[in-house]
Amino acid sequence: MSRLASTFEELAKTGRKALIPFITAGDPTPNFTVPMMHAMVKAGVDVIELGIPFSDPMADGPVIQRASERALAHKMSLRRTLELVIEFRKTDDKTPVVLMGYLNPIEAMGYEDFANAAQRADIDGVLTVDLPPEEGSECSALLKARGIDPIFLLAPNSTDERVQKMDLAGSGYIYYVSLKGVTGAGHLNITDVENKLKQIKAHTNLPIAIGFGVKDAQTAQAIANVGDGVVIGSALISKVEANLDNPEQASKEIIELLVSIRQALDN
Amino acid sequence: MNNKYNMPDDRGHFGPYGGIFVAETLMPPIQELNEAYQRYINDPEFIAELDKDLKYYVGRPSPLYHAERWSRELGGAQIYLKREDLNHTGSHKINNTVGQALLAKRMGKTRIIAETGAGQHGVATATIAARLGLECVVYMGAVDVARQSLNVYRMKLLGAKVVAVESGSKTLKDALNEALRDWVTNVDNTFYIIGTVAGPHPYPAMVRDFQSIIGREAKEQCIEATGRLPDALVACVGGGSNAIGLFYPFIDDASVKMYGVEAAGDGVATGRHSAPLCAGRPGVLHGNRTYLMCDDDGEIIETHSISAGLDYPGVGPEHAWLKDTGRATYVNITDTEALEGFYALTRMEGIIPALESSHAMAYAMKLAPTMSKDETLIINLSGRGDKDMQTMAKREGIEL
Repeated sequence: MSRLASTFEELAKTGRKALIPFITAGDPTPNFTVPMMHAMVKAGVDVIELGIPFSDPMADGPVIQRASERALAHKMSLRRTLELVIEFRKTDDKTPVVLMGYLNPIEAMGYEDFANAAQRADIDGVLTVDLPPEEGSECSALLKARGIDPIFLLAPNSTDERVQKMDLAGSGYIYYVSLKGVTGAGHLNITDVENKLKQIKAHTNLPIAIGFGVKDAQTAQAIANVGDGVVIGSALISKVEANLDNPEQASKEIIELLVSIRQALDN
Repeated sequence: MNNKYNMPDDRGHFGPYGGIFVAETLMPPIQELNEAYQRYINDPEFIAELDKDLKYYVGRPSPLYHAERWSRELGGAQIYLKREDLNHTGSHKINNTVGQALLAKRMGKTRIIAETGAGQHGVATATIAARLGLECVVYMGAVDVARQSLNVYRMKLLGAKVVAVESGSKTLKDALNEALRDWVTNVDNTFYIIGTVAGPHPYPAMVRDFQSIIGREAKEQCIEATGRLPDALVACVGGGSNAIGLFYPFIDDASVKMYGVEAAGDGVATGRHSAPLCAGRPGVLHGNRTYLMCDDDGEIIETHSISAGLDYPGVGPEHAWLKDTGRATYVNITDTEALEGFYALTRMEGIIPALESSHAMAYAMKLAPTMSKDETLIINLSGRGDKDMQTMAKREGIEL
C-alpha cells in the first residue's frame, strides 16, 4: 500500500481529517523549504504538497504566481525541487510528499527520467495541473509502475463521467478544487462543496482533499467535515510574502496558522 | 491524391502536437465549445450569417494585389499581396473574432474575453463585442499596453475594459495566462475568444477554419489573375493564425511552397528572439503541445521582437506539425531586416504594412529574386501599419 493510501486509511480509522499544506519549493529562498517542511510535520500536518515553480502558472492566483517568481529568481527548478525532497527524506521517511506543478518542466526532463528521479527522491504523489487523464496515461503509467500515485483534480463543474474517469486514472487521493477560479480566490461556498462531494463520493472510494480558497481554521473545519482532508496554500504563502525580510517570522506565522487549523480539525 | 490532409484528429492532435492540456475546471467549457463549434460549422444558417458579416461588415473579399513595381524592382517572381490590411479594423484578426462572437451568441454567452499582443486581436474583439452588445474584457501585457497605446485607446472607445497584466514578462503570454484565469473563474457566462491558432483543442482548428477564408479567396483570385496556382506563399508567424489561414487551403497542392516567417528579434544566435519553430523545442504551454521557447528546466524564456504581435514563446500546433512533416518551411527575419521590409513596401507600393507583416515582406525580398519572372509569390499582408506609427517615429527620433 502506498504511503498516501495508508496515511488516509489511518486517519479514517481514528476519524481524523488530513491537513495538507502547500508551499512552493524555493520560496522565498531554497534554504527555507526543508526546515519549513520539518516544522510543518511537527505542527501535525499529514501530507505535504510541494509546488514546482513554473514561469506560467495558469491555474494559480497572484499569491502563488509570485511565489513561483521568487523561487525562479533563485534558479529553483524541478531538478532542485527533487533535491530538496531528498534532503527532507534524510530525517523523515514517514510523511507523504506530493509534487504539484505544471507539465512543461516534466516534459523538458522527459517522462521516464522524471519518474525515475521522483522514485529516487521517494516522492509519493504527483499532481500535474494541466495534464488531464486524456493526455496523461503515459506519464501516469510510468509513475504507478514506481509506486507513485498520480493525483488528479475535480472541479465544481465536473460531470459524473469525469469523476469516474479520475477514479480510474488516479490513486492516493483526488484533489477537489472547491470553487471555479484560481488558487487563493475568495468565494468559497460550503453548501455547494457539500452537495458536490456527495455526487463525487457516489462514484469513487478515493479520499477527497479539498483545496482552493481555504483561508483559516473556520473554513478548514467546515470544509473538512464534508471531505477527507483540506489543502491550504495561498494563506500560508501570504505569510511568506508578508515577511520577506524576516523568514523566521514567516515560518512562525505559518506554524501558528497550521496549529490552529489542526486543532479545529481535531475538535 | 487520395491521402487528403485531414488534421487534427478528433481529440485535437496534429501528430504529437495540439491536444487538450488544461486544468480540470476548463474541461467542461472546452467540451461545450467543441460541441457547439462542430454543430454550427456545418449549419448552413450559421455559415450564411458569417458570410454576410464577412462581406458587409469586414469588407471581404480582400483584394489580391499585384505589386508590379516592387516585383520589377526585385527582379524575380511576380509578387501578389493578399490585402488583409484592408479589412475592417486593419488586420486579418477580425475574420476570426466575427466567427467566434457569432458562436458565443448562439451559445448564449453574454461576456467576451480576449488576450492581445499588438492590440489587433483586442481591437477586433472589442469591435464585434460592441456590435453584438456583449460585455468585453481584453487582457494585455503591461509592456504591450505601453508600446501599443493607440490600440488601447481604440479598445476603450469601443467599450471594452482593458486590463494591463503585470505578471511574468508582461507581454502576450502573460495576457493569455490571465485570460485563462478569468475564464476559469467566469466559465458560466463567458466566452474566451483566442486570437491565434494556439490554445487547447478546438481553438487551433477553429481559428484556422475561420481564417482559412484568406487562402480560399487567394486561391481563386490567383487562378483568376494568373490562370494557375501560386508557386510560393509567405506569411509571418507569431501564434500563426494569418499564416495558417493562407496556407491551409493549399496544403494538398503539393506544388505550392509555403514559408512561415518567425521573428528573429536581435538574431536567433543572440537568444533574443521569438522563433520557437526555428530555435525552440517541443513542450506544453497554454493548453497544447507545440514548439516553445523554454530552457532545459522547462521554464518559458522571455521573447523579443520589434513587433508585439509576434512576441510569443509558442506557436500553433499545426505549424509544428507542418514543420516536422516538411510541408512548410519556417525561416526567420530580424528586427532590422523587418524594418527594411517595412520601408520597401511603403516606398515602392505606397502601402504601409504592420511590423508583423513586415517580417513576411522582408523574407519575400530574399525569396522573390531567387524565383523566375513567370512564377507567382503571394505574401499575406496581414495588417496595416497605422498602429506602429508611434514606434516607428520614435525609432526615427521624431516626436508626434
